[in-house]
Amino acid sequence: MGNEVIRPKILVFSTDKISDPGIDQAGLRKIHYSPSVYVISIPCSSGIKTRWIMHAFEQGFDGVFIAADGHECSYSPRCSEHTNKIITDSQTLMKEKNISPKRIRMAAICSVCAEPFANHMENFGRILSEIANNEDEANSRIKS
Amino acid sequence: MKERIGVYICHCGGNISDYVDVEELSSMMKDENGVVIAKHVMFACADSNQKEMINDIREKNLDSIVVASCSPKLHLHTFRGVAERAGLNPFNYVQVNIREQCSWPHSDQPLDATKKAVGLIRAGIKRVANSKALENTEIEATKAVVVVGAGVSGMRAAIDLARMGNEVFLIEKDFFVGGRTAQSDVLFMTNQNGKQLVELLYNEIRSLKNITLFTGAALEKISGSLGNFNIVIKINPRFIHDKADEKLLNQSISECTVEVPDQFNYGLTNRKAIYKNYPEALPDKFVVDAKALQNEKAFIEKYSSCIDIYQAAETLTLTAGSILVTTGADTYQPKENEYGYKKLDGVITLPEFKRFIELNPGKLIYNNKTIRSVAFIYCVENRQTKGENKYCSRFCCTSAIHTSLLINEKYKNIKSYHLFRDIRTYGKQEILYEKSSKQGDIYLRFEEKEPPIVEKQGEKLIVKVKDYLTSKKEIEFETDLVVLVTGMVSRSDSNTISEKLKIPIGNDKFFNEIHPKLKPVETVIKGVFIGGSCQGPKNISESVQSSLSAAAKINALIKSGKISVDPIVAIVDTNICVWCGKCTEVCEYDALKEIKADVKNVASVNKASCTGCGICAPVCPVDAIQVAQYTNNEIEGMIDGFMQKIEMKEKSVETKVEEKEGIVTMKEYPQIWKQILLSIDEKPKTIPEISKELEINNDLITYHLMTMNKYNIVESAGMDKKETYYLYKLKN
Repeated sequence: MGNEVIRPKILVFSTDKISDPGIDQAGLRKIHYSPSVYVISIPCSSGIKTRWIMHAFEQGFDGVFIAADGHECSYSPRCSEHTNKIITDSQTLMKEKNISPKRIRMAAICSVCAEPFANHMENFGRILSEIANNEDEANSRIKS
Repeated sequence: MKERIGVYICHCGGNISDYVDVEELSSMMKDENGVVIAKHVMFACADSNQKEMINDIREKNLDSIVVASCSPKLHLHTFRGVAERAGLNPFNYVQVNIREQCSWPHSDQPLDATKKAVGLIRAGIKRVANSKALENTEIEATKAVVVVGAGVSGMRAAIDLARMGNEVFLIEKDFFVGGRTAQSDVLFMTNQNGKQLVELLYNEIRSLKNITLFTGAALEKISGSLGNFNIVIKINPRFIHDKADEKLLNQSISECTVEVPDQFNYGLTNRKAIYKNYPEALPDKFVVDAKALQNEKAFIEKYSSCIDIYQAAETLTLTAGSILVTTGADTYQPKENEYGYKKLDGVITLPEFKRFIELNPGKLIYNNKTIRSVAFIYCVENRQTKGENKYCSRFCCTSAIHTSLLINEKYKNIKSYHLFRDIRTYGKQEILYEKSSKQGDIYLRFEEKEPPIVEKQGEKLIVKVKDYLTSKKEIEFETDLVVLVTGMVSRSDSNTISEKLKIPIGNDKFFNEIHPKLKPVETVIKGVFIGGSCQGPKNISESVQSSLSAAAKINALIKSGKISVDPIVAIVDTNICVWCGKCTEVCEYDALKEIKADVKNVASVNKASCTGCGICAPVCPVDAIQVAQYTNNEIEGMIDGFMQKIEMKEKSVETKVEEKEGIVTMKEYPQIWKQILLSIDEKPKTIPEISKELEINNDLITYHLMTMNKYNIVESAGMDKKETYYLYKLKN
């Protein structure tokens, strides 16, 4: 199948009413982003469980991105607060397993955020590659 | 676990198959655990394919299906319907988005798009394998609706709801109906009188026996849920005895000397302590301002048979299946000295000016000065880049222009200056802008960063503005009146209403609908709808449109007396739950309650209130809560599906065309191109010939041949014998 390009695998949790239409619009407008981005649609970012995030890392995802509704969340005015707590709890577990807390990110993606979503994916991919390079370097130093 | 899964992969014409190798996908999916059948189809949503799916489900005894096609936003319900018609539970169906989230965004990398599609479909298969059959819950619904707010939107919606056979309770906080429309003398576009419009609606409400109107009434407490809300209202007294002698009451009004600023006229005039908003205000009943009269003991004593300032408020509990909120909006009140407001004589707001015009039928005289010129300053505290009100209020440009036309018609020879940022007289309202331009109104454009300056020079009111229409030339002129065109803001009591009904409030502080396009009048609170300007700035027509839309939705919901509730709600595993109360702390909808189980207390979900948001699930310390369709097995199964190793097979059919490497690498071709190339490999063919051979319609073949021609892959080889069609051949 030819030479494979190694790209960080990103799991996106996206909200079905607000963020999903934004991500769909990126596709509709043929705005390109990495094909190693996979999206799981959920009702609200405050409903994401830390175990799902940890499961994604255990299965080999390089990063988890939460496309949240932010202040536009129609379920709870405290949505950002709840989602932040989920991220903080996950980062604690990630540190325990030597996973860089930078491997999880959150941003508000609204129903017209096609370009911002593609930009977020590009930036996050770059950050994840840098983390991987630094980790490889550190590992090789330990070995030597 | 589902063990007889059907997988359907859609070409979507060429929208998917141009970039994703759907044939390869379907052959790979046949080997997945539990998959009984895997097919690729030209259009999954086509009637013929739906029928084929139904046959497959029945013949092969499928227990679940996966359709990999477009976004679930488009066809989730189509395929749930297919499943249901074939006798499957509609929730044992999963739609995988391989178009908007795969073939289109990765059209630049078709090979990787195909690999991604493998992961996406495998995730769908794992999800459907873990899916549970779900049934909608049916609840009894009271065929009654509470409409909060008797402005034009609320009144109009109440009438329609009543006509459709529902019991309607219309609640108005003020003692008179009509809201802001009653404050308008002439309405734009129709030139109808606002008060007459209110009267028309009020008379219709009176004629309908199934509408009960409560004025001076406010929401106190809401309990219950969709189908059966219990709404406690507080009805404030008018402080006038029900059986007061009309003659004596009229005498008391003429003798009453206590006056207070009239809020209906924005304090431009005073009103008596026994009052109506305006002479024809409805209901045709006076109200006593008890606070203003509290020191008038002799007067109260004299008219004690009519007036009782000690009357107490009443509370009443109403039961309704649904609630419609049409509480309207406020207009922005400028800060002191904003453009000289409340500091400089001659600076007023547009709503104040409109009341002022109505109160001055003969001459336009303000503070003993005849008005000959008016400067309208637009977008006051609206469309702010840095401020709170970033939105446009929509109605105010038209309202200001309509007012300038009105004053010229009513008082003659009044010069109007319009200091605007952009004129937004959309739709038919543009006619008013044209009329205003023709009557000689002067339009000066300013930018937000350089707003006009209003100042006094001696007795003169001076306006200075940098006009962007004339190369930022500084223009200074004298005017008799400055009118601040203020926009809409959310009501000052919207937070109180939001807290009681749990309606979310947006950044703009208006009530939030679920989705502005797809669910514009629904809120996340099941059974609670919004209409009119409480959800954002709207003119009267738009407000009525939205409230009528909500009325239709409500009627459809409760008309049968039974409501089918979506089964996607939180589920508590009572074996694990040890009741800590954390779930109730985060639930915005009171959907979780503590109940007694056999030997312990556990959480219980009210399905009618639960929105399925899942906020309660991550806070549970023992992981006892899951949301249907988003269970741990389903989500973690999807993650496993994404990450499963991909081994793609080489395709035998590709061997022949791959030899033509000189043109382009064949593997990078969309699937349909490969088929066309194979078809014209032997000899040139026309579009109908290719179409017939490949069983793909003419238009699609034409489109792709044109693209292939553009990329120098095929070329025309003269005409056919009938000289009707070009013949297409491979480019050598």
